[in-house]
Order: sequence, then C-alpha cells, then structure tokens
Amino acid sequence: MTSPTKAEGSGPSVALDPELASTTEVDKPKKLEGRSPGQLMWQRFKRDRTGVVSACVVIFFFLIAALAPVISKLYGKDPYTLYAQEPDFPFLLDDFAMPTGSFGGMSGDFWFGVEPKLGRDVFTMLLYGMRTSLYMAVIVTTFSVVTGVIIGMVGGYFGGKVDYWLGRVTDFFLAFPSQLFFIAFMPVVTALFVSPTDETPTYIRAVAIILVLWFLGWMGLARLVRSSVLSLREREFVEAAKVSGASPWRIVRKEILPNIVTPILVQSTYILPSTILTIAFLSFVGVGFVEPTPDWGRMFAIGAEVYEQDPMFMFFPGVALVIFVLSFNLLGDSVRDAFDPKTGR
Amino acid sequence: MSDNLTLPAQQGATGTSAETLLEVEGLTKHFPIYGGFPIKRKVGAVQAVDGIDLTVGVGESVGLVGESGCGKSTTGRLITRLLEPTAGKITYQGQDITHASRRQLAPVRSEIQMIFQDPYSSLNPRQTVGTIIKSPMEVNGINPEGGREKKVRELLELVGLNPEHYNRFPHEFSGGQRQRIGVARALALNPKLIVADEPVSALDVSIQAQVVNLLQKVQDELGIAFLFIAHDLAIVRHFSQRVAVMYLGKVVEVGDRDSIYNRPRHPYTHALLSAVPEVAVDDEADDKERIRLAGDVPSPIHPPSGCRFRTRCWKAQDKCASEEPPLIQISGNREGHLTACHFPEEPTTEAREEDVVMDPALKALEDSAADEPATKD
Ligand SMILES: Nc1ncnc2c1ncn2[C@@H]1O[C@H](COP(=O)(O)OP(=O)(O)O)[C@@H](O)[C@H]1O
Ligand code: SF4
Ligand SMILES: [Mg+2]
Repeated sequence: MTSPTKAEGSGPSVALDPELASTTEVDKPKKLEGRSPGQLMWQRFKRDRTGVVSACVVIFFFLIAALAPVISKLYGKDPYTLYAQEPDFPFLLDDFAMPTGSFGGMSGDFWFGVEPKLGRDVFTMLLYGMRTSLYMAVIVTTFSVVTGVIIGMVGGYFGGKVDYWLGRVTDFFLAFPSQLFFIAFMPVVTALFVSPTDETPTYIRAVAIILVLWFLGWMGLARLVRSSVLSLREREFVEAAKVSGASPWRIVRKEILPNIVTPILVQSTYILPSTILTIAFLSFVGVGFVEPTPDWGRMFAIGAEVYEQDPMFMFFPGVALVIFVLSFNLLGDSVRDAFDPKTGR
Repeated sequence: MSDNLTLPAQQGATGTSAETLLEVEGLTKHFPIYGGFPIKRKVGAVQAVDGIDLTVGVGESVGLVGESGCGKSTTGRLITRLLEPTAGKITYQGQDITHASRRQLAPVRSEIQMIFQDPYSSLNPRQTVGTIIKSPMEVNGINPEGGREKKVRELLELVGLNPEHYNRFPHEFSGGQRQRIGVARALALNPKLIVADEPVSALDVSIQAQVVNLLQKVQDELGIAFLFIAHDLAIVRHFSQRVAVMYLGKVVEVGDRDSIYNRPRHPYTHALLSAVPEVAVDDEADDKERIRLAGDVPSPIHPPSGCRFRTRCWKAQDKCASEEPPLIQISGNREGHLTACHFPEEPTTEAREEDVVMDPALKALEDSAADEPATKD
C-alpha cells in the first residue's frame, strides 16, 4: 500500500501517468484517432484468409441470386420454358424423357444440362431457385433475429418475473419437434389464408413458410442475447449511465446494444444457412413451394426421383448448396474469431 | 462503564463545514435470499447495510472505511440511488430522495455522481472517451459554453489526460488513465457530491497515489464533497476530513480525522489502524500497537447478536452479546466523535505491553518464532 505521505511528495509530475507521457510524445505526429473495437475486429478479419474467401463466396452467391433476371436474359433462357417442346431444340430428351446428351445434357446451350421429363434449363432453374431460397432465408433470419433480440433483451434487462415467463415461453418453443411441426403446420397455416379448394398463390406459400420458420427460429438467439445482457447489466458502465439519469431505453440502446452486436452477427451467420437448409427440406418433402416456382429444395426432390437414370441433375444444385452452407459457416467462425481472438485457433 | 456519557447520537459536520449537504438516517438494505422447492420463497436476508447514520457537509470529504464485504459499496449505491433502500431516509439538501423515482430525481441527479472501483468495467468498451464523458451532459440536456466537445477537452485536461485523446477507446488506456476518465465523467455534470467507491483499489500501488492526488486536487479546486470509500485507513488518511468506520453493515466509529487516527476508541478502529503501514524511521516503528484479527467478517446473513464485532473482539464480555452498543459520544472524546462500544479502548495508538493476536494459527506461528533467537519481524 502506498503511503499517502510519499504520494504527496511526488509533486506536480503526479498529474500524468508515466505511460501517458510517453504515448503522447510518440503519437504527436500522427492524427490522434482511436481505433474502435469494431475497426480492430475488421483488421483481424482481413488477415484471416479463410474468412475473406468465404465472405467473397457468400457475396458471390447473393450477387448472382440478386442478378438472376439479368444473367438469364444475357444467357437467353428462363426457368419456366419447356425447351424439349421447342422446335429450336429437337432431340433434347430421349424416348424415356431423359436428357439425350451426356452429363445430363450439358452443352453450350444448356450449361448445367437439361431437366429430365420436362426439359427445362437447369442453369436458370438453379439461379432462380437460389434466389427464392436466399430471399426467404434473409427474411426469416431477419425476423427471427429481431424477435430473439427483443425477447432476450427484455428478459435480460428487466429480469424478475418478466424474465421468468419469457424464459418459460422460450423453453416451450424449444421443446417443439421442429421438423414435424413444419410438415404438419404448413398446410394448416396455408389454410388460414386460402380455402383448401382454391389454388394457393405463391406469395401465400411464401408468407406461410416465413411464419412457420420465424415461429420456431428465434429461441436460440433470445437465449444468447439474454445471457449477454444479464452479464452486461451488472457492469459498472451501466450503473454509471444510471447515475447520470439515463432512461432504460437509452441504456439499452447506447450502452448494451453496441456490446452485443457481434454475438448477434455471428449467430445470424449460423441461422441463415440452416434456414436455407430448412426451406430446402420443406420443398423436398413437398410442403414448400410447388411447381412452377423455381426452388432450390425442389430441385433435390426432382433429382431424387431420377438419380438412377440422370445423376448429373443433382450435381450442380448439390455442389452449390454445399459450397454456400460451408462458406457461410466458415464466415461465421471467422467473424467470431475476429471478434474474440482468444477463442478458436 | 459508568463514565460513558450517553449523549443522543447527533453527529454534525463538526468543525469542517457548516452546512449539511447529505444526511443519511437509519439507512438499511437487506437483500432477500430466496430458496425452497418447488415454490421459491424468502428464506432470509443479507443484511448488507443495517441502519447507518452519516452526514456529509458541503465541500466536505468523508472517508468510509471497513473490511471487504461490510457493506460500503452498498451504502454508496444506496446514496447514489442505484439501489432501493429497505428502510431509512436519505436527505439531500433538505429534500427527501429516499424513494424518489428516476423522474423525481432528475433535478438532483447531476449533483450526485459516482466513481467506480473497476476501471475496466466502468467504461463502455464500444464508446470513445469523448462519448463516454459527453453522455451525462446529453442525458441531462446540459449545453456548456463553447459546446460539449470543448467541455470534454477541458475535463480531460483537468484530470491530466491529453485532450487530443478525445476519439480514443478505453482499451487504449491504462488502468490509471481509465480511472481518470471515470473522474472526468463524474465531473461532467458539475456535481456537488461524488461517491468514490474504492476508486484506487484496482490500481497499481504506484498509480494509486496519483489518482488520490487528482481527487484531492479536484476536491480542493472545485469544492466538491466526497464520500470516499476505502478498505483501509491508509488511503483516506490525507484525503478525508472526517472518517466513518464500518463493520458488518453498521457504523462503529465516526469522527474527525485527528480523532480517528490518533484517538480511536473502538477496538475495530484500533485493529484497522494497526494494519496501516507507517512511513517511519526504524526505531519509531516499534512504538505502534500490533493487532491481528482472526478470520473473516462473519456472514451478514446471520450477524452476531449484540455487538457485531464481538466474535473477533479481544475485549468482548457477556454484555456485548446481549446488548447492542449505541453510537454515542464517549466521555473524553471530542464533539462529533462517536463510538459504538461498551468497553472502549484507550484513546491512543501507542504500543501495548503485549500484541493482540486474535488468529490462533498466527499466534502459534508467532510464539514459535519468538522462541527462536534473532527473529526479525
Ligand atoms: N445485489 C446483491 N445481492 C445480494 N447480496 C449482496 C448484493 N450486493 C452485495 N451483497 C452482499 O452485501 C454485503 C456487502 O457488500 P458490499 O457492499 O459490496 O461490501 P463492500 O463494498 O464493503 O466490500 C456482502 O456480503 C455482499 O455479498
Ligand atoms: S461492544 Fe464489546 S465486543 Fe463490541 S467492540 Fe466493544 S468491547 Fe468489543
Ligand atoms: Mg465494495
């Protein structure tokens, strides 16, 4: 323990920490702009090659999905036309309705081959299919994340009874067998909007899928946010804000939220690819989108029917899905590592 | 003791300041403990703070000292209204703020500020120093002349930091510098009272004195009243005009600096003082009494009956277990020097004939050491 007597003896120099004095001199010529934790994270991320590559792949996927109409225009085909019946392309399919050419009918005209039976273009089907899946996944993820953040934040910050009941509701939803629920409830939700005898418009199907996935998609994040907020709430900077008279809303917005952005971001990068897989699963089992809406998941359903005669059909959708999900998960890992250099490698 | 004068406990900010800024009466905080299965119910309470009286005068610095876990931080948080008191009354400038809501508090909010113990958790890692110091002004809608940014730069300069570090983030600063930022934030609202909760305990010994000196400078120049919380008497010695000693949720002795350091009466104060290292020439060092207390502070869930210090007190008698000693002015003490003890010590810190060593293990050690010749302490 320092004796204060000695401290007083240390005179005027006392006003400056020794470290400060040195940093001031070193920094003089440079512009005194601090680097935020976010900027530091970005720098660490840029050094991570896996992260950068997977980020590029992910961005590439989103780009071609967004630009699907442009690409298909340049390419000159669309995912709806049954090219086997067009006079321009005779002998596209053989007598068994399988592609005539080798490798699933790949050619200069049909880059990724031709669909068996109907003779549609696989390349544009995949483009538009990805577009459907990615859009849906982004919407579902956004909804789930927002719901999870709100519920987790309210429970964590206010604690007590509110937290208890929100926690029980979260547990309840977590206990749902999700796959079964999706299959069982998709028709029910659809029936809420349209009578079963009518034709279901595509957008109603989309809304139904979003609702069902949203319903069971927010719990993981809610728990994560709650526990982060619980620990942040006890931190002294929150108390300092309270002492200055800040409102709960301001504290949540200015003090707590900026500190949980990164875990939310990381978690979202895990939610999105798994949502893509779930949407694909729904279409695969036949409760998602139906013909003629191009859909990634349904391409697997078609592929599964014909895999003995035409294994190539599944190749491109499958490879694309594996690459996309893998990249997205690797990206999530890299973001997490950049956020906290102590975890991971 | 018959010569104990039983005066009603009336402690003023005697001698140091005429006007009372903050007055705390019977302040109590019990944290409930819930347990039981399957239905949770209250099974007890942590009596963190149990009926303390305290006053702080305008511009006065008061030290609040006690071992870890005896309720100092809780007291500080009650006064800054971060915690809701279980009982008692907090009066600030004649206004009862005991249960004032956030909105009702608004007018005095800016006048009572706090400096926190942990410089690593008291600054938001996602905000720049500028934002951190500026935000109390934003919350209270204060627009100083020349703008908030200018004020922030002035504050940084005042606390001994480079004003150009405005745009830096907390992680770029050392513990001592962070604590200075905390001081600047507390000063941003021109407070009249600052509760400093062990502001230097987490710092390197070499930095502690610098921060204490900064606080002293601030106190002198700006005339801000301080409630300075510390776990030993050394750090508040030159800082506080008055000192209150706390033990297990109660104030056991309070008085002006001279009385507490030179004429302490409560055995606990004696024990605390004997733990204070003195800067003394070698031959002087032996004049001081040596007291070592056994073990830890008892649990505040089941505090000892009567005098709470009795489990560790070397003067304890039956009366101490049955009767709680009131906080009164004992005969021979100056006005404002109050002690809660049935059998107070002599008002001196001179060495006694035999050291008081309450810790059995330590006692055994010392005895065996004494047997060996030429053992230097
Ligand atoms: N929020 C709380 N809930 C329950 N017990 C608490 C809480 N805060 C403090 N305590 C208890 O109150 C007692 C006093 O704590 P504190 O005021 O932090 O002591 P000090 O600052 O003197 O070390 C301790 O026993 C501590 O465990
Ligand atoms: S009242 Fe008794 S137990 Fe308490 S400090 Fe005084 S002598 Fe010790
Ligand atoms: Mg404390």
